[in-house]
Amino acid sequence: MGHGRMLRKEDARFVRGRGRYVDDLRLPGMLHGAILRSPYAHARITAVDTSAAESHPKVRAVITGETLAGRGLAWMPTLSHDVAAVLATDKVRYQGQEVAFVVAEDRYAARDALSLIEVEYEPLPPVIDARRALDPDAPLIRDEIDGRTDNHVFDWEAGDAAATDAVFAAAEHVSGCDLLYPRVHPAPLETCGIVADADRISGKLTVHATTQAPHTHRMLYARIAGIPEHKIRIVAPDIGGGFGNKVGMYPGYLCAVVGSVLTGSPVKWTEDRSENLMSTSFARDYHMHGEIAATRDGRILGLRVRVLADHGAFNGTAQPSKFPAGFFTIFTGSYDVAAAHCRVTGVYTNKAPGGVAYACSFRITEASYLVERLVDVLCHDLGLDPAEVRMRNLLRPEQFPYACATGWEYDSGDYPRTLALALEMAGYDELRREQARRRAAYAETGRGELLGVGISFFTEAVGAGPRRTMDIMGLGMADGAELRVHPTGTAVLRVSCMSQGQGHETTFAQIVAEELGVSPDDVELVQGDTDQTPFGLGTYGSRSTPVSGAAAVMVARKVRERARIVAAAMLEVSADDLEWHKGRWQVAGDPAAGATMAQIALAAHSDLELPDGVEGHLDASCVYNPPNLTYPFGAYICVVDVDPGTGQVKVRRFVAVDDCGVRINPMIVEGQVHGGLADGIGMALMELMAFDDDGNHLGASFMDYLLPTSMECPSWELGETVTPSPHHPIGAKGVGESATVGSPAAVVNAVLDAIGVRHADMPLTPAHVWRAVQGRPIRPDLAIR
Amino acid sequence: MSTVNSKEGGVDERRITVTVNGEPRTAEIEPRLLLAHLLRQGLGLTGTHIGCDTTNCGACTVLYDGRPVKSCTMLAVQADGHEVTTVEGLGTPSELDPVQEGFTSEHALQCGFCTPGMMLAAKALITENPDPTEEDVRWGLSGNLCRCTGYQNIVKAVLWAAQKQRAEAAAAGTSDNAVAV
Repeated sequence: MGHGRMLRKEDARFVRGRGRYVDDLRLPGMLHGAILRSPYAHARITAVDTSAAESHPKVRAVITGETLAGRGLAWMPTLSHDVAAVLATDKVRYQGQEVAFVVAEDRYAARDALSLIEVEYEPLPPVIDARRALDPDAPLIRDEIDGRTDNHVFDWEAGDAAATDAVFAAAEHVSGCDLLYPRVHPAPLETCGIVADADRISGKLTVHATTQAPHTHRMLYARIAGIPEHKIRIVAPDIGGGFGNKVGMYPGYLCAVVGSVLTGSPVKWTEDRSENLMSTSFARDYHMHGEIAATRDGRILGLRVRVLADHGAFNGTAQPSKFPAGFFTIFTGSYDVAAAHCRVTGVYTNKAPGGVAYACSFRITEASYLVERLVDVLCHDLGLDPAEVRMRNLLRPEQFPYACATGWEYDSGDYPRTLALALEMAGYDELRREQARRRAAYAETGRGELLGVGISFFTEAVGAGPRRTMDIMGLGMADGAELRVHPTGTAVLRVSCMSQGQGHETTFAQIVAEELGVSPDDVELVQGDTDQTPFGLGTYGSRSTPVSGAAAVMVARKVRERARIVAAAMLEVSADDLEWHKGRWQVAGDPAAGATMAQIALAAHSDLELPDGVEGHLDASCVYNPPNLTYPFGAYICVVDVDPGTGQVKVRRFVAVDDCGVRINPMIVEGQVHGGLADGIGMALMELMAFDDDGNHLGASFMDYLLPTSMECPSWELGETVTPSPHHPIGAKGVGESATVGSPAAVVNAVLDAIGVRHADMPLTPAHVWRAVQGRPIRPDLAIR
Repeated sequence: MSTVNSKEGGVDERRITVTVNGEPRTAEIEPRLLLAHLLRQGLGLTGTHIGCDTTNCGACTVLYDGRPVKSCTMLAVQADGHEVTTVEGLGTPSELDPVQEGFTSEHALQCGFCTPGMMLAAKALITENPDPTEEDVRWGLSGNLCRCTGYQNIVKAVLWAAQKQRAEAAAAGTSDNAVAV
């Protein structure tokens, strides 16, 4: 009735061009904003002259840092307890930073007027290489903070350093490796945007915006702009992909709000692609040094990791407050590791802020890449087979719930079964034989392509999270749900999460339908409107199913229990005598006597006499505070053909076995996995935000920031196992980010396996692969020159 | 015939007439106005999306005299006297085009942002080549980026639509080559 393959409700409007995205909205009198951005990575602002722009016949307002400073709005708090400039006042700290905002009658005029603003800059030396950020003579980026003398953001550690050192000292073998997870960008196809409408009469601010977390944004506007929270309504309409890019607050949003306040008209702001890439939340940028201790036959004993995290000019990283490096500490992955320790140091550089985005589950992309790369480095050094070593070290099913060395308690898993299925699907042994034949042919002739096989076995941690330890800016990460059953038995579910394409309108209806015994077509989802939905933290970190999904189950069960009381009154029996059977409450032992949800709903709204304390109608609300995260996992195998003469990599096959517990809608799960696998190919082979020594952004358009097309992606080969989460009410785990987390290591492992190179950093472009084959150094964090 | 004043400029406005989804539309526009903006703002046809500023993504793909073009890289004045089909004109409100049906039944969309452009590129593809291979479809859609689906279901959807279109053509007693947009 509920769970299972069901075509999506959302599609009906999207295939007709009837979706309603932010830039589609048009309000009466609406004006258009555009942002003037810094051409420098680091420069003092000595003068801003807006007079010519203000004289433009279609310009209605020009807002500068000084305008905002006069209102206390030049700086805003970030999700990481730092502040970020809304419009620069003292100096600019990255190329593309917001300097002024023009409000005009149309978007062309707004952009025309940008060129009429004169800004005098005094260039300063920038910090571009994170590894130089803490040098004694490094230029000081955040000189506006009293007493600050360096570019250090934080140090954070997890695990037992002494125990780990002891394991390493005693180990038969240690492999170490420097790995860079380069700066990339989630690049949702729809950029960020807003229509801000500050109504002078009611004092109410209505914001239509690309936000994955509408309720959090409401609180942020209240805090930043000083507007009472009940006078703020955030509406997230259809969103053209988020991927973590649309979690945080951006200066353009606040400028549009101020523009609306100043002009008395609604103001729309939609950024261009280049603006999106240059200034909104990047992802990754972790310089990692990992060490793995093992026995000579490949039994993993310990992991020791040092990370240098490039956070850009403001620490705007989006993660639970007590986790400055997110959930990176789950870097022991899928293995039974006796001891582990990591230390993460965050630094400022003259780049845009961000870090946590692009389906990273709060830095698990980095953690998973690190450990899966280290296992392959270990196999390379010891001459062992990566499949065998993984199989030998994987956690066993009987070890769950498993407390890992850095404190995470994995809920459930049957890893060996999943890896075995992936190996079988891939025909692993035959691939190795083919690889040997191809290598021999290449050795003999110096021609031909090499075959590579790469494995990644990942464990995710999604569904943040328990309120006791996890909060965003003090807001505990529990999510509400409200369910109302109408007199005729159809229902409306209101939730705090916000889909950006993940199919919530369909799957949440399926969840409720399954619990109430009605058709999913009879359940409507309301999301994204803070005036209509219960409070909650939004959609990111694959948390919708674990948290809001659980809330939907629990609220439906509350309604079902209320229905039981109503049914008892209808049937004139004790509620204890009723049993739930295929969508009906019926009398135990007399199945003919019973009532469906529609019959009960009508009775609940009628003159039926109900027991004392039962108010009638059929609705309920709940808040779900998850007891733990969910830990989905998967085994990925990538097969590549590499031309060592050109460095060209062709992904021939990609086998992905995912286990996310119970699958609410298998079709949608598979679509989520497909998309994430494409991300992995993009990051591993193509995507890079590069900078030159002056801090010029070299990946700020789709001409240079390359995303995979239909030509780079193979036909994915998916498999599944089902290991339910024991603590989730329907056993479902999150899955949306699994493939993005798990796949890059599989691709990189495959390419390096093909060319027999111990390590090379992403992206493995033809140029990088060719250099790796030649044994030449690669610095993907900077432009090749 | 409806007249629209897009108000996107003040000087040097030109009067153009474009047949959009079968209906002649007249607009007073600046020569620099992009076709994508005319469709979205001027005509309110917001199914055509803008995903980049360098002509890479194809979210703005429409049919121009039956051929796929990226409407962010055409001036609206260039469409004067021509026919443009957007996603809103792909099917009828009650009856979907086989491409729209295929995208729905094969789960070829998620956020839906690339979908209109992707479907129009697909429509042009299977009109030109009614029986494409998977490789033909991948090549034919390589000017259209998608961030959600990983493309595979899109490929399946286009093959599904091609087959349906062939079946419909056969049922109508026409040859494959006579399938019209």
